Amino acid sequence: MAASVRCFLRSGKNAVSALGRRGFHKSAPAAVQMMVRDALNQAMDEELERDERVFLLGEEVAQYDGAYKVSRGLWKKYGDKRIIDTPITEMGFAGIAVGAAMAGLRPICEFMTFNFSMQAIDQIINSAAKTYYMSAGFQAVPIVFRGPNGASAGVAAQHSQCFAAWYAHCPGLKVVSPWNAEDAKGLLKSAIRDDNPVVFLENELMYGVPFEMSEESQSKDFTIPIGKAKVERQGTHVSLVSHSRYVSHCLDAAVVLAKEGIECEVINLRTIRPLDVECIETSVMKTNHLVTVEGGWPQFGVGAEICARIMEGPAFNYLDAPATRVTGVDIPMPYAKILEDNSLPQIKDIIFSVKKTLNV
Amino acid sequence: MLQTQLLSNHHFNFGRRGRDSSVGRAGKCDVHRLEEGPPLKAELTREQGLRYYRIMQTVRRMELKADQLYKQKIIRGFCHLYDGQEACAVGIEAAINPSDHLITAYRAHGYTYTRGIAVKEILAELTGRRGGVAKGKGGSMHMYAPHFYGGNGIVGAQVPLGAGIALACQYQGNNQVCVALYGDGAANQGQLFESFNMAALWKLPCIFTCENNQYGMGTSVERASASTDYYKRGDFIPGIRVDGMDVLCVREAFKFAAEHCRSGKGPIVMELKTYRYHGHSMSDPGVSYRTREEIQEVRSKSDPITMLKERMLSNNMASVEEFKEIDIAIRKEVEEAAQYATSDPEPPLEELCNHIFSNDSPLEVRGTNPWARLKSVS
Repeated sequence: MAASVRCFLRSGKNAVSALGRRGFHKSAPAAVQMMVRDALNQAMDEELERDERVFLLGEEVAQYDGAYKVSRGLWKKYGDKRIIDTPITEMGFAGIAVGAAMAGLRPICEFMTFNFSMQAIDQIINSAAKTYYMSAGFQAVPIVFRGPNGASAGVAAQHSQCFAAWYAHCPGLKVVSPWNAEDAKGLLKSAIRDDNPVVFLENELMYGVPFEMSEESQSKDFTIPIGKAKVERQGTHVSLVSHSRYVSHCLDAAVVLAKEGIECEVINLRTIRPLDVECIETSVMKTNHLVTVEGGWPQFGVGAEICARIMEGPAFNYLDAPATRVTGVDIPMPYAKILEDNSLPQIKDIIFSVKKTLNV
Repeated sequence: MLQTQLLSNHHFNFGRRGRDSSVGRAGKCDVHRLEEGPPLKAELTREQGLRYYRIMQTVRRMELKADQLYKQKIIRGFCHLYDGQEACAVGIEAAINPSDHLITAYRAHGYTYTRGIAVKEILAELTGRRGGVAKGKGGSMHMYAPHFYGGNGIVGAQVPLGAGIALACQYQGNNQVCVALYGDGAANQGQLFESFNMAALWKLPCIFTCENNQYGMGTSVERASASTDYYKRGDFIPGIRVDGMDVLCVREAFKFAAEHCRSGKGPIVMELKTYRYHGHSMSDPGVSYRTREEIQEVRSKSDPITMLKERMLSNNMASVEEFKEIDIAIRKEVEEAAQYATSDPEPPLEELCNHIFSNDSPLEVRGTNPWARLKSVS
């Protein structure tokens, strides 16, 4: 773990010194707090150490320590061979990464943001995703494409797009969208160990957010299975289904709604493709109401897919109202703060939508 | 054994617009940023000569059989034939090891064969049968073999892939090289220059190879490229232009190139001047943008198979009867392969959704309607 991480326990005490005073403790070891970026760093560090075929390439990942410092310290530890700075040529280096994966390595290809992945999207879809199928199982492509996805703060239209729906549309890809630090670590380790192309959608605004890491998650073998959602909060009145940063919004909305007697079940998708429809169905069959929350645009999006799937399955008959989607506004992202704030789902939008769905 | 002079008096001419596109000065390959090029002489043993002849002729007959099957509508979709260009695939394979790597674009049947796949598996893939090399799921442009990465449908995309394979060779320290092929049309793609840049920066053992058959689909090289010196397009990367109709020239040039890469000098760009007799694909007659006279002239003066045969005959390395016997054997092989390809059953519907993911537990795949829940295994 990078020495520069500051860990705070809920009490505000420094975790490192707390752990140091182990001597006569009878209680369980204190859970560690970790920021999402450090969880990602730890995941990559552990996988680089575990398997020498794993390597990282992308812009500024090595000597700059990562544009968002996610790969901090890795170049110093592993050197030029395993941590490679690339020129600003996404199509080229994504293709190189895919070729390396075909020839026996296990690359992690970082896009500084997923907006730039559009320049490389042919390599991701046509060279990576489809190849195992086209070759009838002969040629696997064990690669991870990772980087920040979706809106940041004030970076305007060309740097704020969410690509979850775009990539999740394509067979042959797995698309993962972690929310908290444990998600980040466990899912990234699974993605790196997966023998298939995985699109790993991070969120820049979450990088600096600390979360408690369970004892289990501190192990070098801790992985979270791809394709399984997690119920973050149990509830009975409505199922709030979300991914990435908006899970936080849903949990915050749930706290407010609980005061009015509305108990929300909050589901953290963790994986977009394959979608854990069963988890959503089980929840909807319990709560009878569904609200999806995402940062991406509404048309043909993640929420749209969830609604369609619910309609096609057993949970439809349990709905007491049509499902509701809470999404980003259907416009390119504006710059001015007031405009940007009103382009994305806010907690009040979720609360409003829940109440409308429940007709209260 | 034959000691032979390379590129002797062979000129590769086009009469169009008075432009004389001859290959190399007599006896030498054009080089770019190299002190010296491939040797001027090569040794050809009888065994080698007969082998190259047999392989080229097999590719030729296989492609002509594919033409026939396509016209009978037994092959459908895209079919880009390689006849005329055989010396490239065969010369390259003669120069590299099976443990080296090769990737090309969609005109890939010849390379699929030289990289080790049987004619019947290639034809059965073209006819979409379960005995095809990709079990009928890939088709003409998506055939794979050990150390052969297809068969790629998107023009130019295979070149960064090839550079990546070379990176893997360097990373693993296995002394292997990667030949990354592309056409004169793809030579203008941006991602090629991105690949050149990274390959040169990191000294990747990649032999970038332009098969210049003078036409990118229906567009001649003069109309598509501001510079038609494709061997120089790597700029800071050394390059060699080679007579792609002469299998020995190709072999010697690639021996030189492979040595260059293996010795850690970084990438190299090769240009093979070659020609395709067919149009771009089976849906292109190939005579709207070039004359029948031009095609005929290449056939009569520069055919790679004829040239090799005549060379061997005039040097008493083999007899006319021996070549005839080889031809008969190949005809039989290709005929049997076509029989197989037309009688083998189509892939079973139960396997429609297989091979989405590698090494994964079975998953459910949505069919055309919500009640169609199909199964996929790795």
